[in-house]
Amino acid sequence: MSDLDHPDVVICPGGPLLLRGDHVVTDDQGRPHRTTRPVSAVCRCGKSSRQPWCDGTHKVLPPQARP
Amino acid sequence: MAPRGAGYLPRMLTPKARGSLSERLLEAIRARPRDLADLVGDEPESVDDEQIALWALYELHHHGFEDVDDALEWHPDLLALRRRLEDAFERRLRSRWPSPGRGFCTKTFAEDFFAFVEGHDGASLAAHVQRTADVEQVLDLFRLRSVYHLKESDSTAWAVPRLRARAKAALVELLYDEYGAGDPDRVHAHLFARGLEACGLSSDYGAYVDDVPVEVLEQNNAMTLFGLHRRLRGAALGHLAAFEVTSSLPSRRMSQGISRLGLAQEMADYYDEHVEADAVHEQLAVRTICVGLLAEEPHLAGDVWFGAWSCLDLEDRLARRLLSEWAA
Repeated sequence: MSDLDHPDVVICPGGPLLLRGDHVVTDDQGRPHRTTRPVSAVCRCGKSSRQPWCDGTHKVLPPQARP
Repeated sequence: MAPRGAGYLPRMLTPKARGSLSERLLEAIRARPRDLADLVGDEPESVDDEQIALWALYELHHHGFEDVDDALEWHPDLLALRRRLEDAFERRLRSRWPSPGRGFCTKTFAEDFFAFVEGHDGASLAAHVQRTADVEQVLDLFRLRSVYHLKESDSTAWAVPRLRARAKAALVELLYDEYGAGDPDRVHAHLFARGLEACGLSSDYGAYVDDVPVEVLEQNNAMTLFGLHRRLRGAALGHLAAFEVTSSLPSRRMSQGISRLGLAQEMADYYDEHVEADAVHEQLAVRTICVGLLAEEPHLAGDVWFGAWSCLDLEDRLARRLLSEWAA
């Protein structure tokens, strides 16, 4: 039984996609990257310098350019 | 003293006094007197005196001192003195907040929180390190940061058993990553210790506490105050969230500054780890930890904002002091 939310994927408005657990994510060049931490943040704004992972860059984009 | 056994690492010695109260306190706890009651009514002669006394009393709950009996951690006279000092300190922290209880709830908590931090116009040490700091300034900054980074997350961990299911699971999910997800080589405090050594600095816990300005003591004491008191668990989690939200982008600047100055790669690695880790942690701290806490204990909202504001304000005070000393 589960009555408290604990999703595997969480979309953060204006920010990254959170991914719980061990996964392989391919970046925009098709290169695979394995997750290395219990929860990972996948870039959604396309501006991170550490693709496919979020590096917080969305916060310096104007609000309309945030995902 | 009983033999400690092979591999025993000596802990730090008591710090230097910064006034008459801390002098009497530190002498008394080193001497292990049976009666410490005389200390209880002492007034600190300055904020420095108050903060180093409080820091030393708090340290009895962290790792303790090589020259102090561990049994003093729960000595009632020291607890009475600690209570008096921390009451004054908490009142001061609260009085600094210009708009306590201000209603932020215009959108969702998460949107409000990110906007609140974004709108806080503080001085940035990371921007200075990225572009203009010299090597000595950056090494000084590592010494100051070591007081906290060598016990990174420890004060927040005290909040865990005081939380209900949602906030508890969420906080442990974040702390598990801070503590290396089971791998001691990835414990954040250990990564910082390796960075210090690679820069030719001491990685001994507490090695630089005598060199730090009072703003650093206030930062550390605020975290311990919030962590040790169940009553202040909202402030502990608000502080954590503000800390995480202001970590990822500044960590990238720190890493770029370290590379610009040709300082040790191990220290750049510490900050690089925080770019990615804290891009995750800022979301978790706001969206799962604080939101979970406020769903379960909505009456703690004021303290969440107080803790967050204190985190930003204390860092701003340190940054302004250092930037002015460095005449940047």
